[in-house]
Amino acid sequence: MDQTDHPAGGLTSRPFFGPQGSGGPGDKGTGLASWIFSTDHKRIGLLYLGVIGLMFTTALVLGLILRLKLMTPGSTLLTPQQYNAMFTLHGVIMVFMVVIPSIPASFGNIFLPLHIGANDVSFPRLNNFSWWLYVTGMVLAITSIFTGAGAPDTGWTFYVPFSERTTTNVSLAVIAVFILGFSSILTGLNFITTVHRLRTPGMTWRKLSLFVWSLYATGWIQVLATPILGITALLIFAERVLHLGLFDPGRGGDPLLYQHLFWIYSHPAVYIMILPAMGVISEIIPVFARKPIFGYNMIAFSSLAIAFAGSLVWAHHMFTSGMSDTAVLIFSFLTFVVAIPSAIKVFNWLSTLYKGSISLDPPLLYALGFIFMFSIGGLTGLVLGAAGTDIHVHDTYFVVAHFHYVIFGGTGLGMFAAMHYWFPKVFGRMYDHGRAAWAFWLVLLGMNVLYFPMFIMGLQGMPRRYYDYLPQYGSMQMVSTWGSWLLAVGLALMFWNLYRGCRYGPIATRNPWGGATLEWTLPTPLPHEAFEGDPKAPEPYDFKGINPDG
Amino acid sequence: MAEHAAPNAPASAHPKDYHAAKMGMWLFLFTEILLFGGLFLLYASYRHRFPEAFHAGGQTLDVFLGGLNTVVLITSSLSVAMSITALRRGELVRCLWLLGFTIACAGGFMVNKTIEWLAKFHHGLIPGSEHMLALPQGQGVFYGLYYAMTGLHGVHVIIGGSVLAWVMLLIRQGKVTAQDYVVLENAGLYWHIVDLVWIYLFPLFYLIS
Repeated sequence: MDQTDHPAGGLTSRPFFGPQGSGGPGDKGTGLASWIFSTDHKRIGLLYLGVIGLMFTTALVLGLILRLKLMTPGSTLLTPQQYNAMFTLHGVIMVFMVVIPSIPASFGNIFLPLHIGANDVSFPRLNNFSWWLYVTGMVLAITSIFTGAGAPDTGWTFYVPFSERTTTNVSLAVIAVFILGFSSILTGLNFITTVHRLRTPGMTWRKLSLFVWSLYATGWIQVLATPILGITALLIFAERVLHLGLFDPGRGGDPLLYQHLFWIYSHPAVYIMILPAMGVISEIIPVFARKPIFGYNMIAFSSLAIAFAGSLVWAHHMFTSGMSDTAVLIFSFLTFVVAIPSAIKVFNWLSTLYKGSISLDPPLLYALGFIFMFSIGGLTGLVLGAAGTDIHVHDTYFVVAHFHYVIFGGTGLGMFAAMHYWFPKVFGRMYDHGRAAWAFWLVLLGMNVLYFPMFIMGLQGMPRRYYDYLPQYGSMQMVSTWGSWLLAVGLALMFWNLYRGCRYGPIATRNPWGGATLEWTLPTPLPHEAFEGDPKAPEPYDFKGINPDG
Repeated sequence: MAEHAAPNAPASAHPKDYHAAKMGMWLFLFTEILLFGGLFLLYASYRHRFPEAFHAGGQTLDVFLGGLNTVVLITSSLSVAMSITALRRGELVRCLWLLGFTIACAGGFMVNKTIEWLAKFHHGLIPGSEHMLALPQGQGVFYGLYYAMTGLHGVHVIIGGSVLAWVMLLIRQGKVTAQDYVVLENAGLYWHIVDLVWIYLFPLFYLIS
């Protein structure tokens, strides 16, 4: 296909956002119903993006308030109960409603079918249904804040026995989590089937883009791990309502088993969070280095290896919970094993950059930010995975810093990288590159000022989730809160810049970055029905003859 | 490889892909197995910890009622499988009768189950009650698991029966036909998993003593 196609010029009134209605068959117009009942994967992806953005902002504000409270010791701003409820909601919303669906449900929905040359996913109606499940779960979770005897105060982990006994509205919250999990399962199921069934002729497994590979691996984790979360949430509900006593030590139950069940899902879930971001990075790095990806096979394989090995490490969250030493040793060893495929990816990205013709556009900046933050987060993860050091830093700020580096610095920056990479294709306009770079540096600086002091405080023994602290942590807590403001300013600038680009930016060309995957052969913004007939399967990382046209 | 739409097909028409529908269903069945898997894990762990209590608990369950329910479910699995063959041969009336019989079996199972549970309640084995709290430790867990697992299974029987009723409607409306029968086949697969879970629950609770 002609890669240097001229941009569709002369269109002064582009749609505000989203794939444009072609007016042809299948075009359902632009009304609200045409969106919320749409079975079009692009529209569903944008619906997810919108709601995820809303939830991200909500939980971000909660996080900022928490940091503001922690700026000074003593009882300020929030009561202890409000504080407990707020960090619970920050966690529940961020984990189940933002980070888990983030990249797969939004950009995955839009670009997975296009990358394999398909016009939609295998089950478009199921896709729409999963969005509705997501919204239902979201509404229930929000309802749980304002109804019953107060917002849940257990932390996002819902550990027993407290979650069985607290009078706050945990029952509704776990039902919300169950429904959100169901939504996630259906997305994963849809993606796996789509990759198996709808590849264009000639699109062999080794011609799949690495983004598709990562979503495929993620899909398997979603399908195989999420049901355990489902049953765990249902059991909490049953314990609270029916008093079965399965986790109640007073009746022979064992709270440790709850922790096992919870982490059997929730550890693989961190790979649901990070794998799609790794896929995005694998797309962006070669495009902006103008070089084929280094070690395609190993990156694809490492996605599957992470999905597999990541399912076997859950109990490293429980080293201090009272497991046998044998179990601790085995899970510690397996945790080190899972670091290998992650490192393989990082080394391959760096090798791709080596001697590349690098253009430091915003998507690459965010991708490099990902590598930097993920490396810090990943290496400190090994400190936690080693049984000896974990005893010292378990349940301290060190853990909080570690997972925010991985999840916010990793998945978050990966999501922002994806937003800046695919923005012109999705919205049909281009944002301001200079402002995007400024926003990036502010976000990166803010994150580090916010979270790095937490490593130090953790090593010094500051426990996580505490309402108050000793005066010796005062200065670090203060710096950390300043960091949260820097981060907030950076994020505000980033979103404002994207919004400006969306409304007033210059019309985007067909292939502004010079990507070789199939979506860049399509008009900008995306038409309702992407491909007429089966497209020819490209080499996804062969940039010969492909140049940026913007 | 994929069966693609002909290039000139209407833009909105998504071609029906039989293999995709089956694959999606099998993936969903995996998730069902894993949903119960969490409970089986708890069962294994607690049985290991309280072998005597599980033995004593198992003796109080009614093997006859449990066995009867096993026969009912296996028979219904047969009838749902036969209904698929009937539909593929175009024998609509027979297919509908067989599905009706399957749903009747589901109803029979639930009636049976209710009788069983009510008998347990009658003996004071109500979750959270004083009587349950007074039981030796492991037995409380045994009955807790019994209610959780057979209860979740019962919910699946109701869902499965409802899905089959819905498919009956689709067949009568001509939306599921001898040529396009994958919806019935998938509903049948779901019914088989409901059956299969019971096949494990029955010995684990009723026959372990």
